[in-house]
Amino acid sequence: MGPLSETTPQASADAALPLLRIDTVGKQFGGFTAVDGVSLDIKAGEFFALLGPSGCGKTTLLRMLAGFETPDTGRILLHGEDVARMPPHQRPVNMMFQSYALFPHLNVRDNIAFGLRRAGMPRAEINARVAELLALVRLEGLEKRRPEQLSGGQRQRVALARAVARRPQLLLLDEPLAALDKKLRDSTQRELLALQRKLGLTFIVVTHDQDEAMTLADRIGVMNAGRLAQVATPRQLYEEPRSRWVAEFVGDVNIIEGRIETREAGRLRVTTQGAGALTALAPRHLGDAADVCVAIRPEKIRVSQRAPAQDFAAGTINRLEGTIANVSYLGSVSSYTIALDGGATLRASLANAARVSADAYAVGQRVTAWFAPEDCIVLDR
Amino acid sequence: MSARRFAAMSRFNVASLALGLAFLYLPIVILVIYSFNGSQLVTVWGGWSLRWYTAFFNDEAMLTAAGTSLRVAAVSATLAAVLGTLAALALVRGERFKGRTLFSGMLYAPLVMPEVITGLSLLLLFVALGAERGFWTVTIAHTTLTMCFVAVIVQSRLGSIDRSLEEAAMDLGCGPVKAFVAVTLPLIAPAIAAGWMLAFTLSLDDLVIASFTTGPGSATLPIRIYSEVRLGVKPEINAICALIIGAVTLAIVTASLATKLSSRRGGNAAPM
Repeated sequence: MGPLSETTPQASADAALPLLRIDTVGKQFGGFTAVDGVSLDIKAGEFFALLGPSGCGKTTLLRMLAGFETPDTGRILLHGEDVARMPPHQRPVNMMFQSYALFPHLNVRDNIAFGLRRAGMPRAEINARVAELLALVRLEGLEKRRPEQLSGGQRQRVALARAVARRPQLLLLDEPLAALDKKLRDSTQRELLALQRKLGLTFIVVTHDQDEAMTLADRIGVMNAGRLAQVATPRQLYEEPRSRWVAEFVGDVNIIEGRIETREAGRLRVTTQGAGALTALAPRHLGDAADVCVAIRPEKIRVSQRAPAQDFAAGTINRLEGTIANVSYLGSVSSYTIALDGGATLRASLANAARVSADAYAVGQRVTAWFAPEDCIVLDR
Repeated sequence: MSARRFAAMSRFNVASLALGLAFLYLPIVILVIYSFNGSQLVTVWGGWSLRWYTAFFNDEAMLTAAGTSLRVAAVSATLAAVLGTLAALALVRGERFKGRTLFSGMLYAPLVMPEVITGLSLLLLFVALGAERGFWTVTIAHTTLTMCFVAVIVQSRLGSIDRSLEEAAMDLGCGPVKAFVAVTLPLIAPAIAAGWMLAFTLSLDDLVIASFTTGPGSATLPIRIYSEVRLGVKPEINAICALIIGAVTLAIVTASLATKLSSRRGGNAAPM
């Protein structure tokens, strides 16, 4: 009955604890370490995304939360209770599968009602709940259809309705939108967000699609090789990546390697091989190593034919000369590859703000690229 | 030009198809026609009649043999369906157990083993065990023969079922056993039914293994027919054979329909 109750006594008794605490959880398959000592807290009502390349362990972590895999080490605390070794059918957690896993021998109604029947809910209540869910995912009138008679988007919505039917404290979604085409994905993302807010559920979604993670999640955990590389809001993840790997994995970035020459007044002077000396804002977290790399997002780089009228000598701006090597027109933005005179290559993306742009550059044109020290992210190499 | 050549090709195809079918089915058709022969002699046509069917239904010994055959077939097919399904589950779902390849290979052995060898080895086993030969020895022998057919059919069906279906059932509150019963079993049921039909037919047809393992008083229909034919073919045999052909045809058609239904239900099949 646990999963269906609206409030849990433990939740109020232990308000300090997060809904879910993953405590140094590890999992090995044979000799391969799939998940390596991951610790993470998830707050009630949060929309959390686990983002990472395939094989990074994000799905294994999700399956351990659902109970399909048992962690080798660590604890999974749900409302303070360790559920790491609890079988899936006893957990107040539900999962939406990547393949949707709709029961082919049952129609839409019976698929959605499956978990409710198992929980022993009275028939009248089941009917009311199913009707409510059908309305929620806009599938009224299709309750008699078999899964094979539905479109991909409809199947996705049945899977979602079935997964939230028991009002789980935690809903796990494994690549929920991967099987949909691009147009449908965008509208479904909005629906998913609206549904999560409306039901007030806690969602953990696993995805390899960073746009999806950015759009949906309050916080994102980026995983690499079984470890959490960084847990942050989408903005922090993009603007303040903690490592070179995260900077390169999330979004597009220019990486220039160099050495720290001087540190003074919160500013670093970094000499680089291919882009001369750069001035960067000193980050809060940086090791003692002098060998660093400077990461600059392409849209932070301005390009002009003539240098801006500012005081460069004072180191308030980084200015680099080069030649346009390649232009990609992408509609809303244009991406320019600039071969710097120093030898490095920079990619800059400029918004096409006007139909006829004065700022369109051609291959071979001499330009000045400039960016502020605040836009340089200094990271350990 | 090419259209004409295509037409000629297709005429050739039609002819070869007709010849092939005639080769396969002409003897059977003749047998069925002669089962309605009114004459005492098998080879002389004496007009249409149902007298040999009546003769069969009054032949106590033949009816007993037919009853034995049906009981053996039903019991062995049921045992084979259960054991074959369990074997298929172990092979498809038990990914982690060692010697799986060996087991899977061994399962296929009875499919290719000459029946004489299977029959003889079973006879030796029953003699060694001191088992009294009769209904149960034939039934067990037929179960060993037919369970691998069931296992192969169920195995291919199980292999095409998404494993996350059972996980979804567990996620929605089913224990492992209940998840199997509520989700996997309904999906493989048509394959199990098809396997049962096939096992039933194989058991009904079998002469060799049955004659090795049967005992006094439990002759199956094929054994009975064979011993009758040695003394000369009576037209009554034609009638019995026609009935068996009818039963087998029905079973095969049902089994293939069940298999078709089973694959149509699976996964992301196109809407009907």
